[in-house]
Amino acid sequence: MSKTLPFAITLDPGTSLTNETGSWRTNRPVYLDRLPPCNNACPAGENIQQWLFHAEEGNYFTAWQKLMEDNPMPGVMGRVCYHPCESACNRAELDEAVGIHAVERFLGRKAWEEKWVPEYDAEPSGKSVLVVGAGPSGLSAAYHLTRLGHSVTIREAGPMAGGMMRFGIPKYRLPRDVLDYEIQRIVDMGIDLQLDYKVDDIEMAFSAEGFDAVFVAVGAHLAKRTEIPAHAAGKILDAVSMLRDMEEGSEAPQLGRRVIVYGGGNTAMDVARTAKRLGVDEAMIVYRRSRKEMPAHDFEATEAEEEGVMIHWLRTIKQIDETTFTVEKMVINEEGRPEPTGEFETIEADTLILALGQDVDTEFLDNVPDVKVASDGVVEVDSRMMTGREGVFAGGDMVPAERTVTVAIGHGKKAARNIDAWLRGEQFAETEKHELAGPDVLNAWYYDDAPQTKQSQLELVRRQSGFEEVIKGLTEDNAFYEARRCLSCGNCFECDNCYGICPDNAISKLGPGKRFAFKYDYCKGCGMCATECPCGAIKMVPEEI
Amino acid sequence: MTEQPVTQKVKFYQTGTHTVGNRLMTEDERSVQASMDRSNAITSGHRACQGCGEALGARYALDAAMRASEGKIVAVNATGCLEVFTTPYPETSWQIPWLHSLFGNAPAVATGVAAAYRVKGKDARVVAQGGDGGTTDIGFGCLSGMWERNDDVLYICYDNEAYMNTGVQRSSATPPTAHTATTPAVGDAPGNIFGTGKFLPLIAMAHNIPYVATASVADLHDLETKVIKAMGISGSRYIHIMVPCPLGWGSASDATIKVARLAAESGLFPLFEAEAGEITSSNKIRRQVPVTEYLKLQKRFAHLFKKGPGGGEDTERIERIQRMADTNIRRFSLIADDAAAETSQ
Repeated sequence: MSKTLPFAITLDPGTSLTNETGSWRTNRPVYLDRLPPCNNACPAGENIQQWLFHAEEGNYFTAWQKLMEDNPMPGVMGRVCYHPCESACNRAELDEAVGIHAVERFLGRKAWEEKWVPEYDAEPSGKSVLVVGAGPSGLSAAYHLTRLGHSVTIREAGPMAGGMMRFGIPKYRLPRDVLDYEIQRIVDMGIDLQLDYKVDDIEMAFSAEGFDAVFVAVGAHLAKRTEIPAHAAGKILDAVSMLRDMEEGSEAPQLGRRVIVYGGGNTAMDVARTAKRLGVDEAMIVYRRSRKEMPAHDFEATEAEEEGVMIHWLRTIKQIDETTFTVEKMVINEEGRPEPTGEFETIEADTLILALGQDVDTEFLDNVPDVKVASDGVVEVDSRMMTGREGVFAGGDMVPAERTVTVAIGHGKKAARNIDAWLRGEQFAETEKHELAGPDVLNAWYYDDAPQTKQSQLELVRRQSGFEEVIKGLTEDNAFYEARRCLSCGNCFECDNCYGICPDNAISKLGPGKRFAFKYDYCKGCGMCATECPCGAIKMVPEEI
Repeated sequence: MTEQPVTQKVKFYQTGTHTVGNRLMTEDERSVQASMDRSNAITSGHRACQGCGEALGARYALDAAMRASEGKIVAVNATGCLEVFTTPYPETSWQIPWLHSLFGNAPAVATGVAAAYRVKGKDARVVAQGGDGGTTDIGFGCLSGMWERNDDVLYICYDNEAYMNTGVQRSSATPPTAHTATTPAVGDAPGNIFGTGKFLPLIAMAHNIPYVATASVADLHDLETKVIKAMGISGSRYIHIMVPCPLGWGSASDATIKVARLAAESGLFPLFEAEAGEITSSNKIRRQVPVTEYLKLQKRFAHLFKKGPGGGEDTERIERIQRMADTNIRRFSLIADDAAAETSQ
């Protein structure tokens, strides 16, 4: 500064940086990561927000790799998952949930087109694991165990891998080329898949073959039956066998002109829609409760109805006399249970298909010591997915849980991580969950208005006559747009808002990917950054005084 | 039931330009404030209150002016909060050449600085700035003269609707019913009275100067665009920026942006620009709100909503304020496709 100061001036101007206004503060802003509701809801434990983050930038490869860390089958998942993530999505409060499944499906297709393979880095552990059953849970476990460096053998009793993805979900919801491709990609990682190989003796696998651990995931294939008095019964089938015959049999099952499907679950819907596609004149569903109580998802019932399936709500079948079915009307009582009314009517049909749920065939576990089977026939496992027998883990439909492909895939991952820890003599420590980012943490003002992109559907006539896939995929443009609808709830997405709106210039921008830092020497604690953060990644905490 | 595929070939950036930055946009579409090398015209350590709108508005405006002029500006400041909190002798927060003289003469000093640079053949732009008191009341004579002569100065008024620096006294920019130290919330019609005050942007337009605009700390991109545009024009330019004052308005320190946003979204503070005396554009309201949403956040209007013996909500005067907003919406066409707005200009 100048050597000679003006008249009456005794000090040079200095910077206000010497005045550390941070001492004014009673509340301190802190950056935090909150748990997005989509991630929280995902049964497969996907880090949805993270892969959407990469997809938003058009980095589909990175997005796909991130997705593959948790789920080996995005193409399958984007089609058959009932997407609890979308039911939880905070965007529904603004307009509509982000179409996560549609972006996932797009990534699955992109990976197929580009022939991407999962990238992972694991030292061979020298351990080998036997997986029993090649359904979603077994495949997922095998995939994750391979990523962790273990050598894996899968034994599958049936002639094809896929389990309920193949034998329970019709083609019009999951085209087989998608399924085959994604299974093959898992197998190609170096997994020994042995088909038509029924495992009867688990103990032998340890003692004679030297496996270090076993994961059983044989699913639930035994159809539940019900007693219906029949004078002269017509044709009665069960849903699981029928859907399996559709895959394995050379000829489609003969169903006659009119079919009744008994049950109100997703399988009932699938079977009725399959029957329609096989050319029956009338496909009917008889269900003892009402639409509100049905276990099937609403969209499945809607799609079935669109295709001409007639659903008789609040009816039970009381008697069968050749092609005449006597049904009793029901009402829902105050406890929400169906109650008979004593009123009857008749329906004519040629075939009855029972879709009343499935049980687990646990016979092969009878001689495995300490494996506990609960009264409802499912196998008990601890928090590590381990059965009572040390080293034998179980998952999928055969353990107590919701029976969906996504849950099964999640079981496979969880079991793999615990098997890995167990093989290393460690305890798998789940990372602590962050606090949930509910809609209240968002500042919705900042997000652009944007309704969900709708996936187009196959024309109705073709839906009633063939097994072509009903729901179409998104184009790249649409998937890109849809990914960008993500609000990034609870996690910084570097919008620069805090950095820009701080009146005290008390936030440093650290550069792309590095987020921001508070300059606590100057932050006065006004709280504007926290209030104006769009996604709730800043919170104010009281200063210790 | 055949659904047509939706073709959505839109540019969509998650938060668009509502946030300060946006990693999905190209660098040149982002704001000056999003930049890591913004000039920070006012640096940390200043003594403005927590959540000060004026500190924010002034940094927004001058950082944009710095970018527009490639760092060649001189700022002249009227007396007021901005001068006091940034420059208590011997410290200053300004990181640009900055000059303060008196409360009422900032426009005249700025005129002189501009003239001096012209005489010396130096290339620098001059920005003058003041609060609403220094601009609409005390410095108004000098300012009107500066406009009338079309001197090459950008004058920015940071309007927080009263003399906050000296203890919240009424200015000619204080809105009706607002409580200040000189318009206390007592009597039959508490707070400032209706039918007084002035809206300076319209007076500026009456001088036919090249550029007049209003802006708000709630809309950074708009504010920066207007400052940068003004910096590219020679002659007198005027920008009137709304900057909420948590202290004088009795709003929460974290609500500054929100209050400013609601002022614009209710229609009470119209955002527009005018060239050579004619309005050329106005910002459309995105999510319209009744004025009560704006008023309720501020203690200076609390008496309007007090329930007590002999009174309830002061619906009559709240409705009058709503009519002010409605008039603005019509007059400045603040709602897109509003047919009424077209006819009643």
